[in-house]
Amino acid sequence: MSDSAAPPRSVAARPSLPELFRAFVVVSVSGFGGALPWARRMIVDQRGWMTAEEFNEAFALSQFLPGPNVVNFSVVFGSRFGGAAGAAVALAGLMGPPLLIVTALAFLYARFGDLEILSRILAGITTAAVGLLIAVVAKMAAPLFRERRDWAPFIAIAAFAGVAIMQWPLPLVFVVLAPISVALAWIKR
Amino acid sequence: MNDNPLVPLFGYFAILSLFAVGGANAAIPEMHRIAVDVMHWMNDRQFADSFAIAQISPGPNIIIVTLIGYHVAGLTGAAVATVAMCGPTCVFAFLVARTWDHFKEARWRIAIQAGLVPVSIGLIAASAFVLARSADHNIYAALITAVTAIIAFATRINPLWLFAVGGILGLSGWL
Repeated sequence: MSDSAAPPRSVAARPSLPELFRAFVVVSVSGFGGALPWARRMIVDQRGWMTAEEFNEAFALSQFLPGPNVVNFSVVFGSRFGGAAGAAVALAGLMGPPLLIVTALAFLYARFGDLEILSRILAGITTAAVGLLIAVVAKMAAPLFRERRDWAPFIAIAAFAGVAIMQWPLPLVFVVLAPISVALAWIKR
Repeated sequence: MNDNPLVPLFGYFAILSLFAVGGANAAIPEMHRIAVDVMHWMNDRQFADSFAIAQISPGPNIIIVTLIGYHVAGLTGAAVATVAMCGPTCVFAFLVARTWDHFKEARWRIAIQAGLVPVSIGLIAASAFVLARSADHNIYAALITAVTAIIAFATRINPLWLFAVGGILGLSGWL
């Protein structure tokens, strides 16, 4: 991996199983409008369990596995630090509280049946959640420009433009860009 | 019609999960087709409400399958649907993660990893863009998004405070 710039990693920064569980509970309960920003905040900014680069790599892997990204990420992250038990604990932390909350909401909805107020509040929260997601993308993109992989920003921009501007299907953009990007990484290492 | 609704509940969601690259929102149309059109588990209105409840709750939006399962067969249905949607992909993710970490130093793994990262970041940026376009209906909403982005990027303030501001303004009908 790259040398100088990154701060030295302390080997001590390894979560125990209870810490892992608690961390993903906090991530899931805070995660209105997407859990990714909260996962990064917890793991990179607050606990220092991964560097910015390591987080990017683990999340990229999770994104290209089938299934929900953050759910995959909890498994990938948990298994790296605690094997099968770590994966199970992180997954339980991520899924447990939302399961209870969603069941309670479904019950209340069946009882009172008014989502109007809740959905107005949610619409407001979502405007802030989008801002948070933008900030996280900016933070995640920073290492692309720091490293000597001069091609990487172009790939990121192409992926963005393909899905957001051209509105091509996500799998198509991925199938075209991923091999090009991997080939560039192989040649220009 | 099947005798036991748990069987198709498990089968459909387990298969769907394997194709759900790109997360819950990519799988919603297919979920709707199965639950409403094919299996008649619920009607349009009930599906839309389940989607809204899943969005209102914190945590992964994939939790909508829990609600569909609950609707079909109570708590057992909720458990079966959730396990079907998350089980196979989680086992797969675990096996890949293991293998992946095993080849930490291999050149092909480093190349794949380095190649996936910029694609991944571009796709997350695209989803932020798409979300912003659908969430920000007026100038106030866009302003909250912009201010939150700047504050969250530049400071270490807990973003829940910004969510609270957004929620209150949303309730007041400004957004």
